Amino acid sequence: MSDTDKESRVKKWFKGRRSDQNTASELDTDKVAAPAPEQPTAPPAESEDTIEPAPDKTSFFTRLKSGLSRSSSKISDGVTGIFTKAKLDETSIEELEDLLITADLGVETVAKITAKLSAERFDKAITADEVKKFVADEVATILAPCTKPLTIETHHKPHVILIVGVNGSGKTTTIGKMAHLLSQQGHRVMLAAGDTFRAAAIEQLKIWGERVGAPVVASQPGADAAGLAFDALKRANQEAYDVLLIDTAGRLQNKRDLMNELEKVNRVLKKQDDTAPHSVLLVLDATTGQNAINQVSVFKQVADVTGLVMTKLDGTARGGILVALAAKFGLPIHAIGVGEGIDDFQAFDPQQFAQALVGISETPD
Amino acid sequence: MFETLSERLNGVLNKLTRRGALSEDDVAAAMREVRVALLEADVALPVVKEFVDKVKERAIGAEVLQSVSPGQQVIKIVHDNLVEMLGGSLAPEQTALMLQVTPPAIIMMAGLQGSGKTTTSAKLGKRLQEKDKKKVLLASLDVRRPAAQEQLRVLGEQAEVSTLPVVQGQMPVAIAKRAAEAGRLGGYDVVILDTAGRVTVDEDMMQEAADVAAAVNPHEVILVADALTGQDAVNVADQFNKRLSLTGIALTRVDGDGRGGAALSMRAVTGCPIKLIGVGEKMDALEEFHAERIANRILDMGDVVSLVEKAAETIDQAKAEKIAKKMKKGTFDLEDLGDQLVQMRKLGGMSGVLGMLPGVGKMKKQLDSANMDDKVLVHQAAIISSMTPKERHNPKLFNASRKKRVAKGAGVSVQEVNRLLKMHRQMADMMKKIGKKGAKGLFGDMGDMGGDMGGGLPPGLEGGMPDLGPGGLPGLGGPGSGLPPGLPPGFPGVKKK
Repeated sequence: MSDTDKESRVKKWFKGRRSDQNTASELDTDKVAAPAPEQPTAPPAESEDTIEPAPDKTSFFTRLKSGLSRSSSKISDGVTGIFTKAKLDETSIEELEDLLITADLGVETVAKITAKLSAERFDKAITADEVKKFVADEVATILAPCTKPLTIETHHKPHVILIVGVNGSGKTTTIGKMAHLLSQQGHRVMLAAGDTFRAAAIEQLKIWGERVGAPVVASQPGADAAGLAFDALKRANQEAYDVLLIDTAGRLQNKRDLMNELEKVNRVLKKQDDTAPHSVLLVLDATTGQNAINQVSVFKQVADVTGLVMTKLDGTARGGILVALAAKFGLPIHAIGVGEGIDDFQAFDPQQFAQALVGISETPD
Repeated sequence: MFETLSERLNGVLNKLTRRGALSEDDVAAAMREVRVALLEADVALPVVKEFVDKVKERAIGAEVLQSVSPGQQVIKIVHDNLVEMLGGSLAPEQTALMLQVTPPAIIMMAGLQGSGKTTTSAKLGKRLQEKDKKKVLLASLDVRRPAAQEQLRVLGEQAEVSTLPVVQGQMPVAIAKRAAEAGRLGGYDVVILDTAGRVTVDEDMMQEAADVAAAVNPHEVILVADALTGQDAVNVADQFNKRLSLTGIALTRVDGDGRGGAALSMRAVTGCPIKLIGVGEKMDALEEFHAERIANRILDMGDVVSLVEKAAETIDQAKAEKIAKKMKKGTFDLEDLGDQLVQMRKLGGMSGVLGMLPGVGKMKKQLDSANMDDKVLVHQAAIISSMTPKERHNPKLFNASRKKRVAKGAGVSVQEVNRLLKMHRQMADMMKKIGKKGAKGLFGDMGDMGGDMGGGLPPGLEGGMPDLGPGGLPGLGGPGSGLPPGLPPGFPGVKKK
């Protein structure tokens, strides 16, 4: 069973380079970062600023698998259906294309994958498992360069993370979960309620702040988001916080004014620290289709997005658009959200994702 | 980003120069492209297949009209079917909310997390209150997301719609009952229940929604769905429909730049009409659904179809022919320019004409920033009508005093008169040149209406509005294409780079 292996891979999420701690304790704290149900009470060597791993009913992978399997079982069944006996011919390739398309991989990406498959295997007998493996490998190859945990560099005082995205993609929830994870790793985290537009967004973030035990810098609804970000950075700096997570209002990427506003937030932060924001994370909803490509393209241009977080992978959505995005933009995919719970937030594992997507359940030991 | 459908179809059907009925092969080739286009617009695959099969059947054997290219003909067929499938032929009462019940009418909003339920609930409350003069009560059943109830309360305040007071710790079914009760006692016409976002695979949450529905028996159960949704739209719509028996769909974020294929998917899967669309962040940005508009968007066709139709309606064929002839000879006078200006206005002005062309999506911004002012057309027509017929035929007559007179008559400055004259001169020169070269296809064959248009953008426009200066937009010309022949070079109002 390679489960433990994978568990440890998950733990690499947020490799904190805490300069003031030695590497040994860093490893230990990291272990605590991701709840590991098999050894749920593994106590950290020094527990000064780490929290007990949240009691967890189901491990992330069970959840991810069950989440993704819903999507993949269809692909998987389909693939099996097509390829049990047949030689690889045009019809079966077309059907494979269709199956990948229903996972939101996008026509272009799918065409590339199937073209490669047919170039290598056309007219040869091929089993369903081989096809699955081929596709999974292709997908994993595309995703591999994009797998990079978010690194908190504590020599920045603080490391500023700006969270951006369209409305309803899950920015505030993502911040809550991230804050939880980061403080579990021993970082001192401050939140800034930069969504001054949506009703009760500030309250929502405050509740997350309470849950996580992080202070929330907020102002009045309708206040200038850039000004708030500026104040928050000042405070975080004065009070020596390690990480500042800044929420922003959801905005559709084709709204010029709102995008300008985002540019302003960036600009204003640079006035205090010209390296800030150190990370700009675009939060993408897994249910989003091909429009995600536009989203990444525009947000990248306007806000210098440095990485992606995909949310809502606990539903029936496949999130296959990540493959298309990886091929096109190569931005790091830092994490995925798999539920509304505080712990439903994990590192992105391309192998796992690719295999789950095509329905390879477990790699045999 | 993507090739437009018309470009694709033209690639496929270009070889098809003969006229007559569409053969099975033509249709099959075209439908492959249609399929890709629909998929790129995020229409779910099962829906695409069903749709394509249906359209294929109808398209085979269809006559290609004299005046359009086969590609356009196919687009028209696809478009018409899309509109139909999106509910374009539904009667207004089928797409309206059912409110003619013993009050209060209960409307339940359901959907995934982040689809826009709360905002849509508040918008709907405001709309019903203001437009339909209903007394509305909003109630949030979202006890899961932090501050969700607070959000609806604040939105209610902003929209001036009453909200049910929050009782901490009360569960959704109890809140729903309390809301229905409060609606009855408070004399409300409509009670809107905003429920928590849920994933369809969460059995507990789905059961909760079903329990709420069972407890209050809503008259409307609206699925609130993001227009940017991809292939998952079918699953979501199907699952919610199974558990809640939806009565309608509200599509949000239609103001984004997504192509909105989810609309078709959801409509096809549930059979429910799309009753509302959210088109902005403001409280009044909620509109009725127009099948036509979404169909155009899914195809990203601008509106080739209506351009052809509109052009055929408004352009005076005989006049256009005359102008074409004159252009060839290079005797294009101010009278002709005046006719063109009038025709352009009929087509909805510069931006109207360009807006109808395919592939304009990415150009829209540039168009806007190019400052195309349709008032200029009005002014110029006025200037020309202030001239004497003699002057119109022979612009060389113009001296200072004539110009002054004309300017006065049209209510413009002399500079504007000068600009118009210059524009006409350049135009006439250009046309003479083109006429000499014998640019057939552009100005030639009258019957071949639209033959050149299907090719996407005219050459001058490709690569996004490179230069609208002299000689700009030549391809737009030609009576054959249904547009006024050759937009004036250096057309005022079109800023030069």
